[in-house]
Amino acid sequence: MNFNFTEEQQEFRLVLRRFLEDKSPTTEVRRLMETDEGCDPEVWRQVCQDLGLTGVHIPEAYGGQGFGFVELGIVLEEMGRALLCAPYFASTVLAATAILNAGTEEQKVTYLPPIAAGDVIATLAFTEDNGRWDNDGVEMTATASGGGTSGDSYTLNGTKSFVLDGATASQIVVLARKPGSTGDVGLSLFMVAADADGLDCRKLKSMDPTRKLARLEFKNVSAALIGEEGGAAVPFGRTIDQAAVCLANEMVGGADKLRETAVDYTLLRVQFGRAIGSFQAIKHKAADMLLEVESAKSAAYYAAEALDDDAEDWPAVASLAKACASDTYMQTAIVTTQMHGGIGFTWDNDTHLWFKRAKSSEAFLGDSHHHRELMMQRWQD
Amino acid sequence: MTEQTEDEIRSEVRAWLEANWDSNLGLVEWRLKLADSGWGVPTWPTEWYGKGLSDGLGRMIDEEFGRVGAVTVARTGIRNLAAATILAHGSTMHKEKFLLRILTGEDSWCQLFSEPGSGSDLAGATTRADMKGNKWVVNGQKVWTTSAHHAQYGLLLARTDWDVAKHKGLSYFILDIEQDGVDVQPLRQMNGHASFNQVFFTDAVIEPEFLVSELGDGWKVATTTLMNERRGADGLNKYAKATDQPGRAYVEEAEEIAHQLEPYKWYPQRAGRVDLVIQRARETGKLDDPTVRQEIAKLLTLSKTTQWTAMRARAAQEQGGPPGPEGSLGKLSASNVARKAALVHTMLSGADSMLTGDDSPLEGVIAEILVSTPATSIAGGTDEIQKNIISERVLKLPKETRFDTDRPFREVPRNIVE
Repeated sequence: MNFNFTEEQQEFRLVLRRFLEDKSPTTEVRRLMETDEGCDPEVWRQVCQDLGLTGVHIPEAYGGQGFGFVELGIVLEEMGRALLCAPYFASTVLAATAILNAGTEEQKVTYLPPIAAGDVIATLAFTEDNGRWDNDGVEMTATASGGGTSGDSYTLNGTKSFVLDGATASQIVVLARKPGSTGDVGLSLFMVAADADGLDCRKLKSMDPTRKLARLEFKNVSAALIGEEGGAAVPFGRTIDQAAVCLANEMVGGADKLRETAVDYTLLRVQFGRAIGSFQAIKHKAADMLLEVESAKSAAYYAAEALDDDAEDWPAVASLAKACASDTYMQTAIVTTQMHGGIGFTWDNDTHLWFKRAKSSEAFLGDSHHHRELMMQRWQD
Repeated sequence: MTEQTEDEIRSEVRAWLEANWDSNLGLVEWRLKLADSGWGVPTWPTEWYGKGLSDGLGRMIDEEFGRVGAVTVARTGIRNLAAATILAHGSTMHKEKFLLRILTGEDSWCQLFSEPGSGSDLAGATTRADMKGNKWVVNGQKVWTTSAHHAQYGLLLARTDWDVAKHKGLSYFILDIEQDGVDVQPLRQMNGHASFNQVFFTDAVIEPEFLVSELGDGWKVATTTLMNERRGADGLNKYAKATDQPGRAYVEEAEEIAHQLEPYKWYPQRAGRVDLVIQRARETGKLDDPTVRQEIAKLLTLSKTTQWTAMRARAAQEQGGPPGPEGSLGKLSASNVARKAALVHTMLSGADSMLTGDDSPLEGVIAEILVSTPATSIAGGTDEIQKNIISERVLKLPKETRFDTDRPFREVPRNIVE
């Protein structure tokens, strides 16, 4: 197991950090979070075309860069740090990974290159109104219009909610089940065009305005099967675990940035004739924060490395990393707000931008309780 | 180092071990060979029993020793800290006199730093060394002294000047423990064991040549010792493990380890024994309790991330750089693990947590965990001191306002010790 980033990876991180500091200052985050699109087209073009980030973990055969989850993790950590407003997680992490895991060779050749190039923004719709992150929560039905053989068209009925960038994506990968099936059985993935007949999209009012969510209602929407009918449980499960590793890396980037802003502020703020950073009550909090964030980083890095190494217990580690990142990011946001005092509760201060991202990330893909339980199941067996 | 060089060194050490390792040698005889060859402490300088290799290569050589089961140089106890300090600050005479007998295990050492009146504030030491008739004469008391009851030498921090600021008036000495002026008494802990000692000095004597570095340099030298101590506290430093294989060297090593470690049998318990948790949860039928499962998962997360952070720090260190404050992160993290582990073991044991000795689960091990874990967040620098170090050295936050550095130590308020 490698516990160090290579020189190339460190250089890659530096390039990204400089780019994102330049393109995604909080003034831009504030501007974009008020828009429906939530993304600057020119910056997105640079992300996709100049830097090739949308295809970072997609194999070269499908138009990507052919790197692994360690590199994808670096991208996400830096984006999380800069709170980049873009449909990156939806398109590259969720949709592309789902297609990679579930799709046939032909489907990968068809669907992945436009996502890798950034010409298509895709997303993955899996959670429903019940807000569950597991397979049991899926109620949407897929009915084969023919005899159910491959190549037939399917009709989807039901609702998907909490769909990341669901209002801006042009292609939606949807998880649905054969009518009457339950649990892991009968699940399939489908590709649906966002402008398909019978598909109604409503933007949700998301507390974190940098992470756009939508609710999609499907009434007899025609869809194309991805992969094997009824065989989506395993590739979908793998996708969510991989996405959890990615999200954990994104979250530690945000947490680390918050932690830095907290320390910077305590050096500036003077009360009782001294910088508040000189009080032990603050210093000890800052030390605890550093330990927590570094621990969460260790878990996120280890999970990405374990995933690339295909270590036997990587799904357990993925859940550990997500649980750890969920608790740490939120805790760091709370303490950072606290260290800022009154100003930390104002709209003008930037802390709440990360606070809200921490909150949305805490719940997205399952909170820490959910993942701790998964981790126990995975390590026990 | 290139790949090739590493491979070359590996085959060199393999060949040497094949030609020389013999478990029927006497322990000291074997270790003398190790010292002579440089393979015993390959990271030490070539002129002092080593080969001047990096820590990374040192670990590789360790692996090779492990592979053939070869006994290493003596590594238990405080002797490692003594060796590191002498290597960094000792005179040629100190190195000649002490290093070899540290490696062979013939001499044991102890660290005479903490005092009843100065624990966290180590530089407030009031044990005094006064020059009388061409010799240093020592009076005062030290406490929490590991291994003093079987040590030959002590690393002593003592005050030699009361009219300068506190850090400037300290000097560092090597003290012969086996003399009349030194009285070693056991100190009983809350868990019933007595692993440490109190050491009383009444006109103990030190020859002038056993001053380490310059007069008044004591704090600087002590910092080297402490840095090495913290480095060992990152959870990666394993205790030597005895084997029950036949062979004179193995038998003698097992005796040495048993003798050295006897007072510290509870040390694994103070770390919280995370390794026992799943087994205990099964035994107690609580593995299916969702609340307990959450707490176990939190503990495993703390424990794993502590290991991984230590591995990251180590990997970073291998890329260059001296032992830095990242050691403090590991120590603080270990405290969190120990505290959480005690909580989880209590949940698992329920009413049995009220029992001790043979009546406590696992023949008393559980009780020992519950009353030993407080040591982790105190020994070797309290959590609060670690947090000061982290916030000041890593995060660069302002230092505490002090009232003890701007005046002669004589005028600094201090504890009244009977």
